[in-house]
Amino acid sequence: MASFDPISALLGGVLIGIASVLLMALIGRIAGISGILGGVLAISPDDKAWRLAFIAGLIAAPVLMSFLGHPLPEPQMPASWIEVVAAGFLVGFGARLGGGCTSGHGVCGVARLSARSIAATAIFVASAMAVVAIMRHGLGG
Amino acid sequence: MVALVSFGCGLIFGVGLLISGMTQPAKVLGFLDVLGQWDPTLAFVMAGAVIASSLGYALARRAKRPAFTAKLLWPTRTDIDRSLIVGSVLFGIGWGLVGLCPGPALENLATLSLPVIVFVLAMIAGMIVQDLWQSRVPSAEAVEGGALGISDG
Repeated sequence: MASFDPISALLGGVLIGIASVLLMALIGRIAGISGILGGVLAISPDDKAWRLAFIAGLIAAPVLMSFLGHPLPEPQMPASWIEVVAAGFLVGFGARLGGGCTSGHGVCGVARLSARSIAATAIFVASAMAVVAIMRHGLGG
Repeated sequence: MVALVSFGCGLIFGVGLLISGMTQPAKVLGFLDVLGQWDPTLAFVMAGAVIASSLGYALARRAKRPAFTAKLLWPTRTDIDRSLIVGSVLFGIGWGLVGLCPGPALENLATLSLPVIVFVLAMIAGMIVQDLWQSRVPSAEAVEGGALGISDG
């Protein structure tokens, strides 16, 4: 695991914030990834171009950065396929049911001081921490 | 033009996730592992993002309309309902299992990692199942929710 680098973390965070502000100031949208993807999957045919373009930009970012010489570490994923599928399903289902994810609630919503988003963020961070505690340390064991 | 602007925003967002280390599930799990060797990276990323966006949003709110579209679509819901709570608990469980949330999951498709592709397909399936379930069993809450306005993200 790479060591903790507070400057890159803050700088990366600021870029995420700038992208979110630009998306609102220029095209009037909240930068919530689950909402953006959810709208692509919706049955209504309109309103898909900007969503697909945002996702294309997201995927293009590491391609561009690797051309510029930034290392692209292979994401470490669990060996168990059941775990991968269950986790992906829960992330998709939960984000849609809860109205947002780490970006829509965690960044944009918290920045708007929305009580809904602050509650959602506190809940999903707590439940994720509980899962990691159980998986890695076998809580109570 | 709108799509081009959106592509640019996605690109900046993706660069931010990448240089902050948030595309690496191991870094995210390191933050979530409060009983282990805690990695504070995610807190710094979140702080940078929230500070930048709250300042920027304060300015954006003064504008009557966005530069390239008709309306600023600020989320309007304020209620903390059961869907928000249950959805966030389930989202957190999935996030804690692998360390991927939707943004980094989509961005990591660029690595062509098979487990990431499978994760994204499962995530899309979860979204579709949720949307179908919400539309077939229109609980009072869901109907109300739709009428209450623009969702959070």
